[in-house]
Amino acid sequence: MQSKISVQNLSLTYSDGVESLHEINVEVIANAVNVFFGPAGGGKSSLLRAFNRLNDLADVRHLSGEIWFNGKNILEPDTDVIELRRKIGMVFSRPVPLPLTLWENVAYGLLLMGEKRKNRLDEAVEKALRLAALWDEVKDRLNDPASAISGGQQQRLCLARVLALEPEVILLDEPTSALDPVSTAKIEYSLLELKEQYTIVLVPHNVQQAARVADYAAFFLQGRLVEYGIGKQLFVSPKVKETEDYVTGRFG
Amino acid sequence: MKAQRAALNERIINSLIKLAGYSSIVFVGLILIFLVREGLPALNDVSLKDLFGSRWYPIEGYFGILPLISGSLLVTVGAILIAIPLGIGTAVFLSEFSPSWLRNLLKPIIEVLAGLPSVVLGFLGIQIVAPFFRRFLDLPTGLTAFTGAVLLALISLPTIVSIAEDALNTVPPAYRQGALALGATNWQTAWGVTVPAARSGLLTALMLGIGRSIGETMAVMMVTGNAPVLPSGLNALFLPARTMTATIASEMGEVATGSPHYHVLFFIGIILFLISLVVNLTASSLSLRSRKRAERLLS
Amino acid sequence: MNLPEYSRKMRQVEVLGINLLRLITLLTAVPVIGIIVFILIRGLPAISWEFLTQMPRDGMRAGGILPAIIGTVYLTLGTAIFSVPLGVAAGIYLAEYASDNATTRLIRIAIINLAGIPSVVYGLFGLGLFVLFLRLGTSILAASLTLSIMTLPVIISTTEEALRSVPNAFRVVSTSLGGTRWQTTWRITLPQAMPGVITGIILGLERAAGETAPILFTGAAFFLPRLPASPMDATMALPYHIFVISTSVPGMPLQIQYGTVLVLLVFVLGMNLLATLIRNRARARRQW
Repeated sequence: MQSKISVQNLSLTYSDGVESLHEINVEVIANAVNVFFGPAGGGKSSLLRAFNRLNDLADVRHLSGEIWFNGKNILEPDTDVIELRRKIGMVFSRPVPLPLTLWENVAYGLLLMGEKRKNRLDEAVEKALRLAALWDEVKDRLNDPASAISGGQQQRLCLARVLALEPEVILLDEPTSALDPVSTAKIEYSLLELKEQYTIVLVPHNVQQAARVADYAAFFLQGRLVEYGIGKQLFVSPKVKETEDYVTGRFG
Repeated sequence: MKAQRAALNERIINSLIKLAGYSSIVFVGLILIFLVREGLPALNDVSLKDLFGSRWYPIEGYFGILPLISGSLLVTVGAILIAIPLGIGTAVFLSEFSPSWLRNLLKPIIEVLAGLPSVVLGFLGIQIVAPFFRRFLDLPTGLTAFTGAVLLALISLPTIVSIAEDALNTVPPAYRQGALALGATNWQTAWGVTVPAARSGLLTALMLGIGRSIGETMAVMMVTGNAPVLPSGLNALFLPARTMTATIASEMGEVATGSPHYHVLFFIGIILFLISLVVNLTASSLSLRSRKRAERLLS
Repeated sequence: MNLPEYSRKMRQVEVLGINLLRLITLLTAVPVIGIIVFILIRGLPAISWEFLTQMPRDGMRAGGILPAIIGTVYLTLGTAIFSVPLGVAAGIYLAEYASDNATTRLIRIAIINLAGIPSVVYGLFGLGLFVLFLRLGTSILAASLTLSIMTLPVIISTTEEALRSVPNAFRVVSTSLGGTRWQTTWRITLPQAMPGVITGIILGLERAAGETAPILFTGAAFFLPRLPASPMDATMALPYHIFVISTSVPGMPLQIQYGTVLVLLVFVLGMNLLATLIRNRARARRQW
């Protein structure tokens, strides 16, 4: 196992005074599904948004510590955040298709990079849609508005949109919370396939999902990392009482 | 290379946008600078005492602006006295008592009034309103401060109605429900609860209405009869008058650049600028305060 | 006084009060309809092809009003050239770029003030800066520049408002895919806000088209025997022409006066209607 992202002493406070992360130390393992789970408000999403510096858009008052990725601390001010976001893609909890066509949605990141060659774009779009298991369903209607497909399809479109950029890491923040069980299963299946090629960080929708897909798992409670370890072990025999209580459903 | 050029383009565009964002400050500054530059020399040409004298007769060198200031006040006060009951009454009716189909019909109509050029209203003032008042009130001329006030009321109504109605609409529904639950009728709720709760918004509406009235030029110039005399009593309302705005508009075209008359007209411009500054800052701080209070109450 | 009697009295007061409010509302709304219908009736007989396409004759007491129509079109377009890019860019700055700090608050105060400055003061400013200081003379250019600064606050505010109504999720997604602020604005938020922006532009230009005071000393001409040939020429304009023929030309036929007013009204209300149509259509089509 090889670490892809290494978090060291990360603390984060929003400008409304809410402390979201406190002294976090955690590793994201390459080519695996890394699950960050715990009750709402535990700081999982904040951590995810720190990985691709999406927190820059929010009102952050205090941010300290280090996040190492490809030999660089990405919290340094000289980080090329645009380049970083292309390498670390993100899928959000609600599917948000951009108000464009299906094709434009998938090609969006490449278009932003300045790629204008139609055949290259077409290839990339097809490849990404196939990876996200959406190609067969939408190949004949790529010029339709993206809002015209179903919610489950939209979320896979959002995944394809990230894959088109061929990132190294994919962050998924409760990607199935707005989806039906069938669509959820499709996304989970995709993740298991994708981890061969990509590093995946998933904030699961519930403990069951965490247990199903986790190679490595980290349990967050009120901004602190409570327990971190190999997925199977952590869910079967947690070492810390809070983790056990949460995993067995005593609170949550 | 391509990425570098894109980054450079982006930086240029971002700077241009920022520049545009700051332009409003620049323009307000420029307006003030040029008004002062052309208007302040008036204090060299005319003594302060004469400037605030009671006689405006530029041909003979009398530059007393008191009649003009009082003319503006007279017409504005008259307009506001007419516009308040109409404007607030209409806003209360639309927001508290009107069925929604009627509101959806009336609101665009009142907005159309806001879009009518003031010269059109001035024209109708000359053709219809002034002759009507001359006959109806048996005056020697219909071109009076009162006719100006009526037109100004019409002009400031859309502003007052739309802002007052917005203010009434932002009163939390819980207020109304609370009053109604205690057995108050709609009428009691409207005047006892909703209107007082929206009072700073209503004041904002009033302030902006005053602002529009004081600054209005063409309609007033066309119907007030252009007589720069100091009002002597209440009946001045039914005599010709002359506002600051009308004086600038009607005389600037004929003065020699750099003459005392020219400087004094710009000096009047400074006064108008300052009035609008005070009125608008008051209005915006009022509306800001009411928003903050609403947030506090609802949180 | 016993309770039922009191309550009956209250009831009477209420019925009276509500009817009074109805009357007041009627008093506010009826003049608008009255004005428009009246001008239509009195103005329509004057409208003919000749009236719209010919130069004035006999000291403007006969012939058409072509130069005034053309002048107003020129002034409106001239205003658009300056105020649209500047106003839209400033609206973009406020909605997409500016953070909530002292400078931004100063900008907002400046915009509120620009919106409140009397139109005749804009005229003075235009005279001082454009006509005299920059030596543009009384010209279409000077008048357009003056009108565009007056129009700015409307365009800035409506652009900002339209951009702010675009859901923030789009911005977050675009940023997460490597979009810069400008790319996100240009590809996503601005196109989505376009109907609102266009509505604001039209409403701003509508005001400019109907204004008289700002052009009095900056570009408006009492009478010109020929059409303006360059932006450095002065021009006739519909609003100023109405002022002239209704106050300064003795023996002016009423029909021509009403006809001219009607043309300006159609011009201005037509723009208003267009803005409303665009807004309603976009609302019906919006996917979010």
